[in-house]
Amino acid sequence: MSKVTELETKARTIREDILKMLTKAGSGHPGGSLSAADILAVLYFEELKVDSDNPEWEDRDRFVLSKGHAAPVLYAALAEKGFFPKEDLLKLRSLEGHLQGHPDLNKTPGVDMTTGSLGQGFSAALGMALAGKLDQKDYRVFVMLGDGELQEGQVWEGALAASHHKLDNLIGIVDNNRVQLVDRTEEIIEVEPITDKFSAFGWHVIEIEGHDLEQIRDAFSQADQITGQPVMIVANTIKGKGVSFMEDTAAWHGKAPDDEKYQEALVELE
Amino acid sequence: MTEEIPTRNAYGEALVELGHKREDIVVLDADLSGSTRTGYFEEEFPDRFFQMGIAEQNMMGTAAGLATCGKIPFASTFAVFGSARVADQLRNSIAYPELNVKIAVTHAGITVGPDGATHQAIEDLSIVRGIPNLTVIVPADYAEAKAATKAAAEHQGPVYLRFGRVGTPTVFAEDDYQFEWGQVKVVEEGSDITIFATGIMLAQALAAREELLKEGIEAEVVNVHTIKPLDIAGVINSVKKTGAAVTAEEHNIYGGLGSAIAEAISEEHPVRLKRVGVEDRFGKSGEPKKLLKEYGLTAQEIITAVKEVLAR
Ligand SMILES: Cc1ncc(C[n+]2csc(CCOP(=O)(O)OP(=O)(O)O)c2C)c(N)n1
Ligand SMILES: [Mg+2]
Repeated sequence: MSKVTELETKARTIREDILKMLTKAGSGHPGGSLSAADILAVLYFEELKVDSDNPEWEDRDRFVLSKGHAAPVLYAALAEKGFFPKEDLLKLRSLEGHLQGHPDLNKTPGVDMTTGSLGQGFSAALGMALAGKLDQKDYRVFVMLGDGELQEGQVWEGALAASHHKLDNLIGIVDNNRVQLVDRTEEIIEVEPITDKFSAFGWHVIEIEGHDLEQIRDAFSQADQITGQPVMIVANTIKGKGVSFMEDTAAWHGKAPDDEKYQEALVELE
Repeated sequence: MTEEIPTRNAYGEALVELGHKREDIVVLDADLSGSTRTGYFEEEFPDRFFQMGIAEQNMMGTAAGLATCGKIPFASTFAVFGSARVADQLRNSIAYPELNVKIAVTHAGITVGPDGATHQAIEDLSIVRGIPNLTVIVPADYAEAKAATKAAAEHQGPVYLRFGRVGTPTVFAEDDYQFEWGQVKVVEEGSDITIFATGIMLAQALAAREELLKEGIEAEVVNVHTIKPLDIAGVINSVKKTGAAVTAEEHNIYGGLGSAIAEAISEEHPVRLKRVGVEDRFGKSGEPKKLLKEYGLTAQEIITAVKEVLAR
């Protein structure tokens, strides 16, 4: 099996698990989880140096899901990678399980930072990158932001600081699905042109189609070559990608499918 | 069975009524207008609604500026983001200059449910209560939430209004409910102990009273919709009569209603006291009703606290 075929399979499994756990939980965020599935497939099954038997390994690459509401995509990837049993996914958002509505570094193995309050994960990733430089470690820090999340002022404070400190061990990814909670991003508060903004803030910017596995892989290899500045990958994606009725709409930002919709969605993923 | 309506719905409906009555009402929201119910206002008055995006600090500062130009801004988001996230903006741009901004937050407390700890504000009252000039109101049910919103609009000065996500049992009838600015309200009289309750815990306090009556304990239930400024005279009046007190709130026992009552009675008229609330720990994901049990926020814990205090 070629690497791309393998990653495609992983991405499909991640999408299936996202839908399954959200249906069981009865609440949560499918749209922004599905839009990030291909990127997390490449991250966890090719790019990140992590060890599921040793989640706290000091020299591991870090991944911070700053758009913490997309926790299901992270949980699906972590479970598939072996950080915890798949059954745990079915206790998402319940008192009985460890999988919180938003990622919790103390409760879930493999989660590098507690997130959920938008804008904050980005700064934490910056801190991890600074620590890496200080300790002369060669781990890298990946951080994923939502396009709506870019409206938080904290992101731009972090963007200034990261380039000032020449953090070439910091790789940001914007899951640019053009939709946020209430509506399309351009209707709420426009954030485009994102690439120009990060360039102006001193970042090396790579723009890709965020569902094209080859482009995602290339972007990560390119990012590794950049020295002296942080890298932002602006991944143009489709919210709800893979399930037609969830695609490109705010309606499925924060609503779980019922059993019927779940079955409909599964058929589409096959 | 009593009806259960979320207080955030009352807020959204009251805004629309206010919008029809007053031209100077404007509403700001941070990409949560469906959840906070400010969307009702947006639909009726699109020109007076400002979508500010996921940028709460900027929203609060903008509300301050609108207020300097004679508008009455209601700025809404979830309680976590409308308190801690914007504490400095509340302090320096709104409360210190005494600007006429209404900070109206929804999804307060652990009954937010499955979203979990990051979205469950259990410390917001303690943050806003420490800021001078700010009035802090926690409505108990639908009717009170509606009346409080309207009263806040009439009041000159900054107000923090705290609403919930899930349905709250109705305690008051909408037709004859009067929001008395700044005053505690004796909802049920009693002579053995006072239960001071705020927000969703008022219904629990009333349920606890019923149970206690069966055992011959007559509890007075006092609704404290305004945490600050606290109606100290009203509080002291009640404990002078009963000589004992329990507080109940969907908030950390530090810094909210329990603290406010403890401060007042220990200075003015010390009596035995126990606080029912979140015991200084963060929330977690789960069903709201299960969480209320898990965190000790039901009538049962109030009953236990009452008996414990009376046994001292
Ligand atoms: C500080 C903060 N404000 C508001 C929210 C509520 N919220 C959760 S998701 C969301 C929209 C996010 O949109 P975007 O960043 O585009 O994410 P995606 O489309 O990938 O889901 C909002 C407003 C939050 N979690 N944190
Ligand atoms: Mg988005």
